[in-house]
Amino acid sequence: MSGALSSIGLPEVVAGVMVLALNAYVLTGGADFGGGVWDLLARGPRRAEQRQLIASAIGPIWEANHVWLILVLVILFTAFPDAFAALLIVLHIPLTIMLVGIVLRGSSFVFRSYGARGDATQRRWGRVFAVTSIVTPLVLGVIVGAIASGAVGNAASMLPARTGRTADAMPSFHTVFIAPWLAPFPLALGALALAMFAFLAAVYLTLAARDDVMRDLFRKRALAAAAVVCAAAFAALILAFDQAPDVGRGLMLLKWSLPLQATTGTAAIIAIWALARRRWRLARVAAAAQVSLILWGWVLVQYPLIVPPARSLRDTAAPSITLELVLWGCAGGSVLLLPALVYLFRTFSAPGGAEGSAVHSATE
Amino acid sequence: MRDYCLVTDLLAARTQMAMSLGFHIIFAEIGIALPLMMVIAELMWRRTGDATYLELAKRWARGTAVLFAVGAVSGTVLSFELGLLWPGFMRLAGPLIGIPFSLEGFAFFLEAIFLGIYLYGWERVGPRAHLAAGFIVVASGAASAVFVVLVNAWMNTPVGYRLAEGGTLIGIDPIRGMQSPAAFPQALHMLLASYAATGFAVAGMHAWVTLRGHPSALHRRALAIALAVGAPAAVLQPLSGDISARLVAETQPVKLASMEGQWETRRRAPLRIGGWPDAEREETRLALELPGALSLLAYHDVNAEVKGLKAVPREDRPPVAVVHLAFQAMVGLGSFLAFVALWVGWTISKRRDLASNRPLLFALALATPFGYLATEAGWVVTEVGRQPWVVQGVMRTSDALTPMPGLIVPLMLFAVLYLGLGAVVVSLIRSLVQETTVS
Repeated sequence: MSGALSSIGLPEVVAGVMVLALNAYVLTGGADFGGGVWDLLARGPRRAEQRQLIASAIGPIWEANHVWLILVLVILFTAFPDAFAALLIVLHIPLTIMLVGIVLRGSSFVFRSYGARGDATQRRWGRVFAVTSIVTPLVLGVIVGAIASGAVGNAASMLPARTGRTADAMPSFHTVFIAPWLAPFPLALGALALAMFAFLAAVYLTLAARDDVMRDLFRKRALAAAAVVCAAAFAALILAFDQAPDVGRGLMLLKWSLPLQATTGTAAIIAIWALARRRWRLARVAAAAQVSLILWGWVLVQYPLIVPPARSLRDTAAPSITLELVLWGCAGGSVLLLPALVYLFRTFSAPGGAEGSAVHSATE
Repeated sequence: MRDYCLVTDLLAARTQMAMSLGFHIIFAEIGIALPLMMVIAELMWRRTGDATYLELAKRWARGTAVLFAVGAVSGTVLSFELGLLWPGFMRLAGPLIGIPFSLEGFAFFLEAIFLGIYLYGWERVGPRAHLAAGFIVVASGAASAVFVVLVNAWMNTPVGYRLAEGGTLIGIDPIRGMQSPAAFPQALHMLLASYAATGFAVAGMHAWVTLRGHPSALHRRALAIALAVGAPAAVLQPLSGDISARLVAETQPVKLASMEGQWETRRRAPLRIGGWPDAEREETRLALELPGALSLLAYHDVNAEVKGLKAVPREDRPPVAVVHLAFQAMVGLGSFLAFVALWVGWTISKRRDLASNRPLLFALALATPFGYLATEAGWVVTEVGRQPWVVQGVMRTSDALTPMPGLIVPLMLFAVLYLGLGAVVVSLIRSLVQETTVS
């Protein structure tokens, strides 16, 4: 592994930036989807208040958070066009489902916030918002699982080398377009992604809550979600040994596997401890670290491959002029972007989120 | 093996892309121009203290929130569809066109951040910061439109590469690629279209409410701001169109010939109004021909030679009738907007009241959808007019297509989705415009 690490060049650096953007998406946009999960599961006499809290917490920021996903996609097709083409061909069906989820989640959220004031209409859009908030994380996890297992790469290698041509012997539709992702390991990762996003959202909501009762409610939910995260991670690991042996081996048997597992586990324990002791800010940091480490664990397991089992970052990379420009663009963009993001989150980070906001004036 | 049903996968994919772009382009135009009106209204409120301006700013902000969100998600769909439907194109051109796409990503990011601050920050940030947030939304919205259009301009007039054996691009220069000949004309045309279409759409809705007998200070001020944004753009648009047309004549002669239904290569080529281009018989019938006018417009010389469609083999021609009719529609609708804009200017110069001029209000109400219809038509001209190429002269659309079969299914899925979304948005906007109480 040290041999591979010493050969870090432009493709690896650009891939690192791409994963950082994905990490940012998971911690921000992911949590917004998690908010939808708690909207769906809102229970008890104060359920309307819970939904209001979620809406005002994600209202001002979800559009910006969503852009991280676009950034990941754009870096992917600019810097690794061959990998992008292979992924988008084989994963056509799950990606389409994810897109429908993204479209309906975003539009139902604004329709609920700004739409007709009738209770029935708002409830209907709220239901669409909540259900589609579950679909997208699930499919995202499934996609990651399908890539990591090597099934996507295998399916892509059965296709003709050039688009617009038909192969002499096309494999069956099921083999190429369904089997790679509709399998237990990808589905387990889907469940893991959903649980992680719900966990993040519950932890963040303990900080956004305006009173102790509400804080405690989301504390309980965060702890429950943490348990589901652990169970899903364990299930994924067991399945990996059977269905994605390279992933299983990478997670347990490489020389950095155990330190990584230990760090991730420590972050998880700190998060749970902090929640138990009501140390909300520490819980947020630890939860974010735990989820990020799980993401980077996947990345390290398949490094230096981008579409396992055969396509590496180098094989699929664009010419170096493009990679350099992407890095320059990201550096220049960050100079504008990061202060703006800090400003956005500071503006709305005080308890109560967007109190007295457009959501309120539109819904009350 | 892929032509087993009536709708081939190529046609389904092209239709899905056309539909997705056609849907998104309207929300993108609104996202560029409506924030400008919203910021002008807020600026007027801060200057004059007149609460109707504040009400307008808040109402337009709510419209922006809904329409921007739909624009953002439909734009997300498009960025994925580039790969879902045309992986061959992205594999070929991704490293070249990805750079303007990345810049667009950052511009869009800033737009989303400051829109969040604008919409939810009325009571959280100071007045100057709030206005500044609005101006950043306006500027980054325009910037992201320009960056995206640079990609389309490259597809029309590709530069910054050498063509290698097997049709791949080598020696690419993405910065050079952003300066393709069509870059400036197309970016200008798109920005003006956004301001003109949205300005006239907003003005038209308020004109319509005023005609129905609810003249109020709010509608009067809405009309004034919307026309201040839309009318100058509508007057400038024909000039921008002239720049575009001359470039098309030079760089994409087959597209120009299709726009005009010009089959023969000839000097003193006529401008055709109306008419039906018949691809089988290779002639355009029933058109009103103005002798020499096409040569004059395309090359500013009555005797200039205009290349005809017959100069290229049939398989290199676009569907001529579609392009010709779309071009006629765009020019007709755009001319009407320019005419109404001049009428508005004349009325104001005579110091007459816009809101009590019923014929003008009627013309404005009639023109409500014209800008968007013209945009759709213009987009058909540039995209269908480039067929059968996805990158002019470099890659055919059919060679970019995904090997995924059954593309009729996602086409139907997105058709239903967009129809539903469109219906909801229209009803939301109606209720926003017609609200008479101050909330």
